[in-house]
Amino acid sequence: MSVDQVALAEELAGSSAGAGHVASADVAEYALRLGDDALVLAQQLGMWISYAPELEEDIALGNIGLDLLGHARTLLHYAGTATGRSEDDLAYFRDEPEFRNAWLFEQPNGDFAHTIARQLFASTYLYELYGALSSSTDPTLAAIAVKSDKEVDYHRDHAIQWTLRLAGGTEESRRRMILAVVDTWPYVEELFADDALVERLAAEGVAPLPSSLRPAFDAVIARVFAEAELEIPTGRTAFTASGGGREGRHTEHLGPMLAEMQVLARAHPGASW
Amino acid sequence: MTAPAELSVAALDEHRDEAAQARFDDLIAQDSRIEPRDWMPDAYRKTLIRQISQHAHSEIIGMQPESNWITRAPSLKRKAILMAKVQDEAGHGLYLYSAAQTLGISREEMMQQLIEGKARYSSIFNYTTPTWADMGAIGWLVDGAAICNQVPLCRASYGPYGRAMVRICKEESFHQRQGFEILLELMQGTEAQREMAQDAVNRWYWPSLMMFGPPDDESPNSAQSMAWNIKRFSNDELRQRFVGMLVPQAEALGVTLPDPNLRWNEEKQAYDMSEIDWHEFHEVLAGRGPANAERLRRRREAHEEGAWVREAAAAYAAKQAARKVAA
Amino acid sequence: MSTPGEMGTEAWPLWEVFVRANRGLSHVHVGSLHAPDADMAVRNARDLYTRRNEGVSIWVVPADAITTSDPDAKGAFFESPAGKNYRHAVYYTKSEGVKHL
Repeated sequence: MSVDQVALAEELAGSSAGAGHVASADVAEYALRLGDDALVLAQQLGMWISYAPELEEDIALGNIGLDLLGHARTLLHYAGTATGRSEDDLAYFRDEPEFRNAWLFEQPNGDFAHTIARQLFASTYLYELYGALSSSTDPTLAAIAVKSDKEVDYHRDHAIQWTLRLAGGTEESRRRMILAVVDTWPYVEELFADDALVERLAAEGVAPLPSSLRPAFDAVIARVFAEAELEIPTGRTAFTASGGGREGRHTEHLGPMLAEMQVLARAHPGASW
Repeated sequence: MTAPAELSVAALDEHRDEAAQARFDDLIAQDSRIEPRDWMPDAYRKTLIRQISQHAHSEIIGMQPESNWITRAPSLKRKAILMAKVQDEAGHGLYLYSAAQTLGISREEMMQQLIEGKARYSSIFNYTTPTWADMGAIGWLVDGAAICNQVPLCRASYGPYGRAMVRICKEESFHQRQGFEILLELMQGTEAQREMAQDAVNRWYWPSLMMFGPPDDESPNSAQSMAWNIKRFSNDELRQRFVGMLVPQAEALGVTLPDPNLRWNEEKQAYDMSEIDWHEFHEVLAGRGPANAERLRRRREAHEEGAWVREAAAAYAAKQAARKVAA
Repeated sequence: MSTPGEMGTEAWPLWEVFVRANRGLSHVHVGSLHAPDADMAVRNARDLYTRRNEGVSIWVVPADAITTSDPDAKGAFFESPAGKNYRHAVYYTKSEGVKHL
């Protein structure tokens, strides 16, 4: 078989399920939230490539980043149908206050332990989210969720494996992992906050209420932490960040990240690449 | 388990078995393959370790000039392609380190040689990538040259090397095409984009021709490598073949190859071209290229900053194994 | 004699990887990799060797757990089958032309 004879699967999941389907304003706003979460996380994982602790891990993080970038593209593509914008219009030509990702996703890579803590919370949340979204009454969202859920299942497994190894490895790795959990935990709360938009969508069976995903998330984290002998932060180090990403208020990390991501595209408006 | 010392003693002990040398010569003469456990001359082993590890290092260092643009890729599709490509390069490095490892050197040892500056890698990766068009030029010219070099290596006499190259060549087929596409998009775009593309081709053309190595009459190791069926074509032959492929491709792109003397010579059935600036080649090779220090610094940093993670996983594995024994 | 490559000196040992391309086929050796333990080895193998849909199942084996035949004893070890042509169907020519045989 020559390289030109390989059968290619659909590049953007769900694009045929919802062929020609235009997202409503509410659904578009919701898809933007999910798409921005995935995009911002993919952007950060891309920074690890050629910098990972071992070559095998360069490849693992690359695979996870590529999965997330795929989710971002399908979700932004779908969100854009409401306003006639492309995935790239949305990724490259919106300013920081127009981004709808939760704060967890924009927290910096830090050391490998911080990346793993962020991955653990993000992928555990995403796994529950896409699982529930697979039965959405919106066929495009459902199709995207079915594919994405299988992929984030692997991301979650990867994060769990590394959480166990870092927490149960050397003294240094354990110290770093504990610190990473303390630093990242404050951003978990926002993931499960309900608001008017998701309440409307939940009523139509389009999307699950974020708060409904929390018990399953807590159960998984409790099991992982029990095996890793980690604890959910309490006392003086147990902060809860206010959040605000869904309304376009962000931490200090997102601006510089977007400036870097968008610099070339914005230098050549209207150009095609 | 075989310690490296034991392997090299066996390799040095050339008197041990003259029949072994005869069998080796016989396998080479039949154009068959040498496998890891076969007896082989010490010089053959050393040549392969040097060549395969340099090749692996080139893949790993070669990730850097491109990973430089992952965060700034101008569309999400291009970002995905670039991430996949740089990730492939890590994989190619891995395949090659594994092949070298069958000759009795550990990956850790090779990595140490690299970060201590004792090992070589392709000097092309010491050039910088100031613009997005460099992603196109690297794919089209650098990967193109690499493929020209690598396709014959799929038939290298050392089995694990040939097998690694088969896998690599299959995966690389997309690398060159995506580079060509980047340049094509730019050439069909705005004036600024076209200038960007031509500028990148101007900067990468000559270094890509240097990737085939010095001219045949100045290439000290070539003859022996060809006799051993590691190398199948001479540097100049491959360079000619490459230029022959580039000329029509450049026309399709609408870019100019930066050599005023480049023209087909009907009599020689080959391209005439300007003299390559070998002074520049040797300067970059000697560590005076634009980014030699930066490339090594970054690899060293990644390796050193990852040490605690590698140690953690090893410690965890040891604890789990001990627990299993105790249970 | 074990498979070449494992040094016993590296923090992460070497693993040999076998991939089943499709149901009904054998696992075939595709290469090797480093991993701290079996759980990570099988995951690393998935990430490294099945990025392009190359497989539906993976085996990983510690490189030092593989025993190989000695190539120097090649002559003696693999001499015996030569000459035993009666093990092959083509040896039997008298039935030529007879159907379903």
